[in-house]
Amino acid sequence: MQTGNLLLLLVVMIAGAYYLGHRRSFALARPLGGIRHLHSLPFYYAMRTAIWCAIPALAILGAWLAFDDTLIRVMVMDSLPAASFPADASSANLLLNQIGNVASGAIASSEVSPAVAAAAEKLNNLRELNSMAVAVVVIVVAMLGTAWGWVKISPQMRARQQVEKVLQTLFMLSATIAILTTVGILMSVMFESIRFFGKVPATDFLFGLQWSPQTALRADQVASEGAFGAIPLFMGTLLISAIALLVAVPVGLMSAIYLAEYAPARVRSFAKPALEVLAGVPTVVYGFFAALTVAPVIRQLGESIGLNVASESALAAGLVMGVMIIPFVSSLADDVITAVPQALRDASLGLGATRSETIKKVIFPAALPGIMGGILLAASRAIGETMIVVMAAGLAANMTVNPLEAVTTVTVQIVTLLTGDQEFDSAKTLAAFALGLMLFITTLLLNVVALHIVKKYREQYD
Amino acid sequence: MSKTTEQVRKSLGKRYRAEKRFKAYGIAAIGFGLMALVLLFTDIIGKGHSAFFESYVQMDVTFDQDTLDIMDLRDEEELNFANYDGLIRDALMEKFPGVEGRQEKRELYGLISTGAGYMLRDMLREDRDLIGQTRTLWLLADDDVDVYVKAGDNDRLESRLSDNQRKWIETFEAEDKLELQWNRSLFTHGDSREPEQAGIWGAVTGSFFTMIVTLLLSFPIGVAAAIYLEEFAPKNKFTDFIEVNINNLAAVPSIIFGLLGLAVIIGLFGMPRSVPLVGGIVLTLMTLPTIIISSRAAIKAVPPSIRQAAMGLGASNMQVVLHHVLPLALPGMLTGAIIGMAQALGETAPLLMIGMVAFIVDVPGGPLDPSTVLPVQIYLWADSPEQSFVALTSAAIMVLLSFLIAMNTLAVFLRKRLERRW
Repeated sequence: MQTGNLLLLLVVMIAGAYYLGHRRSFALARPLGGIRHLHSLPFYYAMRTAIWCAIPALAILGAWLAFDDTLIRVMVMDSLPAASFPADASSANLLLNQIGNVASGAIASSEVSPAVAAAAEKLNNLRELNSMAVAVVVIVVAMLGTAWGWVKISPQMRARQQVEKVLQTLFMLSATIAILTTVGILMSVMFESIRFFGKVPATDFLFGLQWSPQTALRADQVASEGAFGAIPLFMGTLLISAIALLVAVPVGLMSAIYLAEYAPARVRSFAKPALEVLAGVPTVVYGFFAALTVAPVIRQLGESIGLNVASESALAAGLVMGVMIIPFVSSLADDVITAVPQALRDASLGLGATRSETIKKVIFPAALPGIMGGILLAASRAIGETMIVVMAAGLAANMTVNPLEAVTTVTVQIVTLLTGDQEFDSAKTLAAFALGLMLFITTLLLNVVALHIVKKYREQYD
Repeated sequence: MSKTTEQVRKSLGKRYRAEKRFKAYGIAAIGFGLMALVLLFTDIIGKGHSAFFESYVQMDVTFDQDTLDIMDLRDEEELNFANYDGLIRDALMEKFPGVEGRQEKRELYGLISTGAGYMLRDMLREDRDLIGQTRTLWLLADDDVDVYVKAGDNDRLESRLSDNQRKWIETFEAEDKLELQWNRSLFTHGDSREPEQAGIWGAVTGSFFTMIVTLLLSFPIGVAAAIYLEEFAPKNKFTDFIEVNINNLAAVPSIIFGLLGLAVIIGLFGMPRSVPLVGGIVLTLMTLPTIIISSRAAIKAVPPSIRQAAMGLGASNMQVVLHHVLPLALPGMLTGAIIGMAQALGETAPLLMIGMVAFIVDVPGGPLDPSTVLPVQIYLWADSPEQSFVALTSAAIMVLLSFLIAMNTLAVFLRKRLERRW
């Protein structure tokens, strides 16, 4: 049975369990003289029965589905005769793919070795057996659960408390998904990174000056080892982020100051949402804009004054990324500037300072921690930004601080290393996870520091 | 007059000038931001508007059974694989007699898109009596022709077309047999290597399934988590830890979620690559912080008097929340969810990681079919070398942006209409 049908059947069974529980609670209440003699409302008895039907069955189904593919794979591999057993992980993957294709009929079984054909047949048998087994087990568990829930209903039972407890636990589990996600991210990048550092020493990765991750097909090829020195990537990332911040911080800050301190209400009510539209534009759109409009313009401008500009210059990507971050800086700065108490402004103006002097000498220093926090958040945004640089920055890992040359970034390399290529074990694929780890740690640190600064500052005036 | 006043008066001019300068910087900053916005939109619209129409040429096509190489008209198989391109070639040869030589013939045949053959096939399958008849039809032109037709006089000089092809097109134009028609394939087809046949429908359906999965997972989980944190969570280290995690996840780069999806959902749980289900799960994890944060704000906005009234009537904590607080907070939560969905709809990077970048021609039929999504389609097209794809990419961007604008407008509307102020 297909999983979708099984789920539908389960939904019907849950509804049935609800109905049965509802009926039984009424039946039990009638001889006592009505439902007011029950401990809880009939709804809770019915819900309790439905929960008994649903939760054990769903838990078993979930666990089963999570691991059945892996188990079947292992069983199929074990069934292979020792002679055709693959030597390493990547050829094992290839073989599994082949078996899968034979099993689904994409490759005729006459075209492959008999061992593979036998394995494919075994795979099909196992899959069929598996789907039968999961259907039977889940349905039986659901029925048992319903029966148990139904039998236990009694007028004294504290059904409401039990149902509420279950709901509250579900709510709590939903909240812990945030923790699980963080743990999942850490685990996935850590494990793969550790495997990567097993192949390439961590010092080579962190301090190496050359990045050329192509691993060779043959051992005797030139540059067959591939070089995994990440310094050029870090420099490229920093260069582009620095350009972005050079654009976004002054523009964002001055817009926030103007909107908060000078702009009439009508201008503010129009300009603030308009600026925020910039934050809502998908990054892939910025990437397209940077690659096809901004980069050629910069190239032409540069050539007209006799400069040699790469067609994928860091300047184009950084400039457009800066535009993207303007609203982050401006809305965060706007928040902290408006949070500065009016009394400070009045005092400064009362002493005869002009508005700009008040802003520069009084408001800005008071808002500085918040603004710094905002800038750090913007920086973490710029470092982690992917699509703009994938589309507008280059692939060649140049060590340069010249914004007119092409550089590559950490995120660009993660994308290039992981798209297309399937093998999980090569140093190339693992390197992407090591880069991911670096990225995660950097942005995490920036965020923690930024949030800390913002929080600490807020406490002063509240 | 005292000496100090004198000094102040002297410096006043300078100070006022500084004041003016400062204000001008502010206006310039706002102007820069708005200019960037206007530039972005006009650039996209300027590049993309032409893709909504494509060139068709009018020709007399004879459904000749011999050319088609069909023996038996009732045989579906034969009908499917008949030589429809041959009909078009015959029509072209008839229109321009005297074309000799292989090279020249190839140039002539290149005027018409390979998609035109499919159109003839569909016509014949609808109505088998067409055999032997001649019809005057609008046939889809090749993308190079389309670029040439849409180009201005100067750009025409740089076209990839040969001199012969230009001459033929001008013949069509002179006879008024070449026109721009609404680009239907853009909204009905999946991806294609041929720009004139490529469409966004496959990507739109993929996005739709992905968004459905994301909504079904992230809204209930987000609301449940928000309720727990606002109403039930004890004040302890564990709760603090959850909060720290949520705040950090909100700022983790999206590509990291792609790595998580690749390593855990695909690698560990063995789910298939390139499917909307996995995409939806990854985007759920990414949007959850947004939804949780906005849902919490909505719950906080419900006044305590409502809670106290319900409790005074004997409702349990859970009943207070589910019967009173939740319905009142729901509009605010919905607004947050729509904004989160809009974010997820525009997201590209994590989906690249889980393999949704494959070249997929078929329109997906469910969340378990391999598919791509609208932003990824934009990314793929932006990389394509053909000039027509620039316009197509911009058109796809316009469609994506209009979806986003619609969703955000809906959110603003909901907020104004449904959100109550106490």
